[in-house]
Amino acid sequence: MSGYRLSSGGQIDRARPLSFAFDGKRYQGYAGDTLASALLANGVDLFGRSFKYHRPRGLFSAGVEEPNALVTLRSGARAEPNTRATVVELYDGLEASSQNRWPSLAFDVMAMNQLAGPLFSAGFYYKTFMGPTRKAWMLYEYFIRKAAGLGAGTLLPDPDRYEEMNAFCDVLVVGAGPAGLMAATAAASSGARVILADEQSALGGNLRGSASAQENLAGLAALDNVTLLARTTVYGYYDDNTLGAVERVADHVAAPAEGQPRERHWTIRAKQVVLATGAIERPIIFGDNDKPGVMLADAGRLYVERHGVAPGRRVAVFANNDGAYRSVAALTTAGVAVSAIVDARREIGAEAQAIAAASGAELLLGQVVTRALGGQRLSGIEVAAFDPVQGARDGAQRQISADCLLVSGGWTPTIHLASQAGGPARWDDSLTAFLPGEASQPWRAAGACQGTLDSAACFAEGAQAGAEAARACGLSPNPVSLPGAKTEPLADVPLPVWDARPPHGKGKAFVDLQHDVTASDISLAHREGFRSVEHLKRYTTLGMATDQGKTSNVTGLALMARERKLSIPEVGTTRFRPPYTPVSLGALAGQARGSHFRPTRRTAMHDWHVENGAEMQAAGLWLRPRIYAQGSETVEQAYSREARQVRASVGMVDVSTLGKIDVQGLDAAEFLNRVYSNGFLKLPEGKARYGLMLREDGFLWDDGTTWRLSETQFLMTTTTANAAPVLSQLEFLLAAVWPELKVAVTSVTEQWAGMAVSGPKSREVLASVLDDLDMSNEALPFMGVRKGHLNGLPVLVARLSFSGELAYEVYCGAHHGEAVWSRILEAGKPFGMIPYGVEALGTLRIEKGHVAGPELDGRTTAEDLGLAGMTSRKKHYIGSSMLKREGLTDPARLKLVGFVSADGGKIRAGAHLVAANDTSSPPRSLGHITSTTYSPALEKYIALGLLEDGPERVGEKLVATYPLKNIDVDVEVVSSHFFDPEGSRMHV
Amino acid sequence: MLIPCPHCGPRDVAEFTYGGDATKERPNPDSATAEDWCDYVFHRDNPRGRHVEYWHHGQGCRLWLKVARDTVTHKIEGAEVVGPWAAAAPKQGRDVA
Ligand SMILES: [Zn+2]
Repeated sequence: MSGYRLSSGGQIDRARPLSFAFDGKRYQGYAGDTLASALLANGVDLFGRSFKYHRPRGLFSAGVEEPNALVTLRSGARAEPNTRATVVELYDGLEASSQNRWPSLAFDVMAMNQLAGPLFSAGFYYKTFMGPTRKAWMLYEYFIRKAAGLGAGTLLPDPDRYEEMNAFCDVLVVGAGPAGLMAATAAASSGARVILADEQSALGGNLRGSASAQENLAGLAALDNVTLLARTTVYGYYDDNTLGAVERVADHVAAPAEGQPRERHWTIRAKQVVLATGAIERPIIFGDNDKPGVMLADAGRLYVERHGVAPGRRVAVFANNDGAYRSVAALTTAGVAVSAIVDARREIGAEAQAIAAASGAELLLGQVVTRALGGQRLSGIEVAAFDPVQGARDGAQRQISADCLLVSGGWTPTIHLASQAGGPARWDDSLTAFLPGEASQPWRAAGACQGTLDSAACFAEGAQAGAEAARACGLSPNPVSLPGAKTEPLADVPLPVWDARPPHGKGKAFVDLQHDVTASDISLAHREGFRSVEHLKRYTTLGMATDQGKTSNVTGLALMARERKLSIPEVGTTRFRPPYTPVSLGALAGQARGSHFRPTRRTAMHDWHVENGAEMQAAGLWLRPRIYAQGSETVEQAYSREARQVRASVGMVDVSTLGKIDVQGLDAAEFLNRVYSNGFLKLPEGKARYGLMLREDGFLWDDGTTWRLSETQFLMTTTTANAAPVLSQLEFLLAAVWPELKVAVTSVTEQWAGMAVSGPKSREVLASVLDDLDMSNEALPFMGVRKGHLNGLPVLVARLSFSGELAYEVYCGAHHGEAVWSRILEAGKPFGMIPYGVEALGTLRIEKGHVAGPELDGRTTAEDLGLAGMTSRKKHYIGSSMLKREGLTDPARLKLVGFVSADGGKIRAGAHLVAANDTSSPPRSLGHITSTTYSPALEKYIALGLLEDGPERVGEKLVATYPLKNIDVDVEVVSSHFFDPEGSRMHV
Repeated sequence: MLIPCPHCGPRDVAEFTYGGDATKERPNPDSATAEDWCDYVFHRDNPRGRHVEYWHHGQGCRLWLKVARDTVTHKIEGAEVVGPWAAAAPKQGRDVA
């Protein structure tokens, strides 16, 4: 192709030259160019290499349907592969590079793939690498993937910001061409809230730049009830008239301005939708139809009219309908010579004849292009006589010199969104195209997307659709005046010609240019039995590239129909799926990245922890202090010191993250008795009880203490992780299972701050700061709960112990959390009181053999964990029936026991327990380690784990093996109650 | 998808949690057999078309709803509040049960 810039015309600003680079070479374009038009203007005709065969490829279109001209835009962290040069707006300093070629675009070693053509035919992967030869795939995969592919993404983090927007409107109009503009105008006249979105850089579609469109858009822009969104692709149609759209806010500049997002994702909820999505021209198949220089006819017109670029110096045209004559007229007007018009039809209308005559081109009626000639670029075409029944004839080929061939095979309505929200597409025999099916959501189509190609008719249809949409919203639209468009005498009804090759035609005939699927691939798939359109699509990969077959689907179906001797609608079509065009992951992720991926929850004492040297760690959404390291302490040194100090004197840990549920009502005790596996009916006021919760299937779910604050009020605590699921379950039971119970539940996790004060000195410390509570063993016995005050602030004090020491939990209003925490620590100073983190908390509980998340893993029962005594036999409760299943009472189940390291080695959580003398490979697993710690009390590494015949093995020596890291530790099986098994320390 | 919460009005599905098949009734533990429990806990039909499901409006009123939904078209036929609060909020659409 020898494209060149015209001296005048086009919607470009010749006063604003822009400099850019492609594959390192510098070029100049103008404001208003796309990367494609600017390169075309510079005579560039080689844009990329094809997917499988690495054939040279040029521009095929001027829009989103582009299958060939895929380039990598920008570099470094902003490198974006597979962008279509046809929609990349030119900016000063733009850098782009070609893809899928090595070492260079002009000389690509991989083009040898062409010689291996049959190797890459339909089903190549399946045939070559399945069955007996499957091993070959392992060997060759790397090379094949390297040879066939697209551009490479960057591994650097995206430096840009992406926004999310939610919008609500009465009428969403998708597409701002003739039909969409009128639809928006009509709908807006009713006062409806209207959004008009279009994927192009400016609104107007085919009317872009015209005076009437400018006036119309200015009128719409002045209305408060209208939102105009250019550069915005509505890519998906979802349930309840929710549509997804991406606005490319700053993709047309080198980098977003300060504070500007690169893209903005819109979730649009519309009462009514008007689809005015237009149509995409389709090609006709012939030999070597992928040669750079072969282009869709309307793209040729757009380059001339919109960008002031001639697509070639010797332009030929190949058509089966009048649409191509619009392009001929545009080229003639711009002074671009058209040398030949090849039309498959034997007769054409007077208007088309007049255009052909005015162009001075030779008109070859009843003939078709059978083959493109040339090396890396088009140099000419072969033309043969065409019979509508027999097709093209062999022999008697005539050659015509051309450096550009504009092809038009008719129009394919853009029915993607309609298909996503509607029934099967309807076949229109005269247009030989699929039209939108029945709407399953409130939308109506207008204009080219429903097969109306004439401008005047598009205006009228759009206005009608917009008015109807407004009326469907209960509004009254005003009549709108339609722009004066003369009814076009050109008819876009095509003569059905899909494959113009003669019986013995030469050259590869591509159907899907992006995926390198040829007409013979379709024939081959048919011969091999892939008849269904769904099978054919997957076997040949037709239409499965990033362009989703926008220019190839209907042709592919036509070729299938020919093979099967059926009509196209009998062959059927596949359903379109979102997105219409590729959507960047950044736009979908929006702000939800890094620490904003999910919310962060902080306790009332968070700031204190941070200020006092806590190393914070995530626990679900919460941040909790892990350790308060002093100096250069390691984690193990820090938590050992903290745990030692708790057992020696006193410490305090933030337990605010535990789930807290307020349970109130006349039947509250009865409710808890049905929810927990142990009894709660007789829990007296002012007492707490440890409770176990099972799932309906009998497995352990959650545990925690529940405090009876009054006859009808309980404060339930749950594990941090299950706070939300437990509340939902309680609500479900009260709604759906026991609606007769008079109980209400609500989460109070955020309302209470909680801290556990543990250690032999805890009573003395709290006695010194509480205003009004008798802390003696008699007044506040083990498991007792009292209301009191601290510095005048109301608190709840419960004598509970997770550490095995004398201990209390102090709860206060979250707003008082830091004050109460600081006051208690201050009072503890004389005792050397320390704050401790979740590591020490874990150490203390493992030393006591208490179970937690690692043991409550959803696969254990109460009996497995030595808690069978807590499952009542006297009542029904959630899970009680399924608990009796054989599998849950099987004596062979793994049981909880403790382990101490016999060789001083650190035991790893997840290690498997195997017999010391087991030499098989792999050795038989007898169980696994769940929780591990260094125990300062025992001065050994200890662990909890689940073991076959666990309790009977106490005293045995086993090996805790961790083959992933080749770590074996000799362990001795012991009781899980490592420390103070009688519990004497907490009952003082 | 929008779910017509009888208490809150139509709300985006993101505010809700799916609660499973609402046609299953919890067996009476006094009389239920092991098979009854197995059926309640494990067996679920996967109907193509109308289905009655529990949805929990966890990020709204926190009520549990029974929703009649078409699993093919996602069209919602009706929604009602489950439990003692049902009378306080009018049923939406057609009867669910
Ligand atoms: Zn609600």
